[in-house]
Amino acid sequence: MGIINLDHISSAEPAPEVKKAMIDTISHNYGNPSSQHQLGDRAAEALDKAREQVACLINAKLSKEVVFTSSGTESINHAIKGVAMALAEEKGKHIVTSNIEHNAVLRALRRLRMMDYKVTSVPVDEHGLVDPGDVAKAIRDDTVLVSVMHSNNEIGVIEPIEEIGKITRERKIAFHSDAVTSVGVVPIDVQKLNVDLLSFASNQFYGPVGVGGLYVRQGTKMWPLLDGGVQENNKRAGTENLIGIVGMGVAAELASRDMDKRIAHYKKLKDYVIKGLHERIEEIIINGHPELSLPNLVSVSIKYIEGEGIVLMLDEENIAVSTRSACAAGALQASHVLLSIGRDFADAQGTLVVSLGVENTEADIDRFLDALDTAVTTLRSMSPLYRKAVGAA
Amino acid sequence: MYSKTVMDHFKNPRNVGEITDADGVGEVGNPLCGDMMTIYLKVNKKEVIEDIKFLTFGCGAAIAVSSMLTEMAKGKTIEDAKKITNRNVAQALEGLPKNKLHCSNLGADALHLAIENYEAKKSGKTVTGPARSEKHEHDHGDSCYCPYCDADVPADSEICAGCGHTLERADFPMAK
Repeated sequence: MGIINLDHISSAEPAPEVKKAMIDTISHNYGNPSSQHQLGDRAAEALDKAREQVACLINAKLSKEVVFTSSGTESINHAIKGVAMALAEEKGKHIVTSNIEHNAVLRALRRLRMMDYKVTSVPVDEHGLVDPGDVAKAIRDDTVLVSVMHSNNEIGVIEPIEEIGKITRERKIAFHSDAVTSVGVVPIDVQKLNVDLLSFASNQFYGPVGVGGLYVRQGTKMWPLLDGGVQENNKRAGTENLIGIVGMGVAAELASRDMDKRIAHYKKLKDYVIKGLHERIEEIIINGHPELSLPNLVSVSIKYIEGEGIVLMLDEENIAVSTRSACAAGALQASHVLLSIGRDFADAQGTLVVSLGVENTEADIDRFLDALDTAVTTLRSMSPLYRKAVGAA
Repeated sequence: MYSKTVMDHFKNPRNVGEITDADGVGEVGNPLCGDMMTIYLKVNKKEVIEDIKFLTFGCGAAIAVSSMLTEMAKGKTIEDAKKITNRNVAQALEGLPKNKLHCSNLGADALHLAIENYEAKKSGKTVTGPARSEKHEHDHGDSCYCPYCDADVPADSEICAGCGHTLERADFPMAK
């Protein structure tokens, strides 16, 4: 297509093996896995295989602990609302979370607050890190769930989930982690992390969009989000999206096999991006943590300009990047993640997120830096904030 | 998402810059929603806007609005320029996506403030600096709408009756 894609978190081309498996499935394996005849049997076999491939990726003890959903958002809603509803009567209505969770977590929690649940949200430091001690302090007798993301999709910071998991294990509280930008990208071991619930999405590791997963540790009390048939071990009703699920399974296997290679590739490119940004563009802030960070994500706040302008200009040059400016998000709110780590409103507006893919090269980054240089110069020449800053200098 | 006219004004904006000895300056907006606009006016003795320039911090729509607005106001008398509304600007741009309409409010507001500033100076009042506003006027005749589902909602609603989303500006707790 000729587009340099630097926005893989939103849009990533599925791996060739994934495409092949999905085309096979839609062409030849259209049965309903719940049926009692051979059409169903063949489908059920494919479903089981995909489940094992995904369970292996996250080191689940039993493959039935993997529930297939439509998206990371559905998994998150299911985990949070399902546990909250199941434990309201017997334990309480208090939930602990962090200030930088994804909108799916925050809005699911807001929906619960409208139903009289109470939420305590712990702050993060200037890198975006949660202090496990703050989580421990926030837990009360009526706390039923802790939900802290494994990695943040805007700034890439990786949270101390293992430490938080030790605390929740000790206090016997269900622990959910939104790992949508982590699973398939960095090593995830649900046993080591001490999580009871883990949300993830297929399109983050070169599987198809429209399929997600929820790891549910055996014994976790949780109501279904979707009521109906008994699919997914009676956890998620609805005839399964076998085409997508097969794709996700293949993607999971490839991710397990190639993870180290991919991480090495991303790290090299990420360093190249950051070095280039510092060399070419003045007055920028790299967000997140220097080490505890996703290898494929760079968040850069560019002072005095607004993000959507940059995205449009780069799009003219066939380069795809993402911004979290309020206008671009459509919701007219500055990013709560950026505000939580101390960016002021204006800098939050000028923040770009670059997310790398396996096919990106240094030449791609060079093109990106050239186009960015031009775009920033043009937009700064139009900016009253830049004019004021230069005038004051 | 943007019309051809909007993209043209974004890629080739007219009247970018500032006027150091301006006869009137108006500043609107605040970075809370992503937009800030400054309009500079040079008005001749016949009360005609001889020159007009803008500086904008904002998205594609905001830049396009600034450019179109200055093009519409240039050469007009102050009285005629006062009549320019945000609707005029949006129409001239072949329309804006619903969640960008507030950007067109910014343009008209900034122009009217610049005119206010010019008139204050003219009438001999001591005026230090530009006319400034950080609030958007929501009273533009239409009801407000939910940016998530497009339903029309009363201007003071906190929750959209259509989709249940809250309409508050800041939901989330802030940094420590």
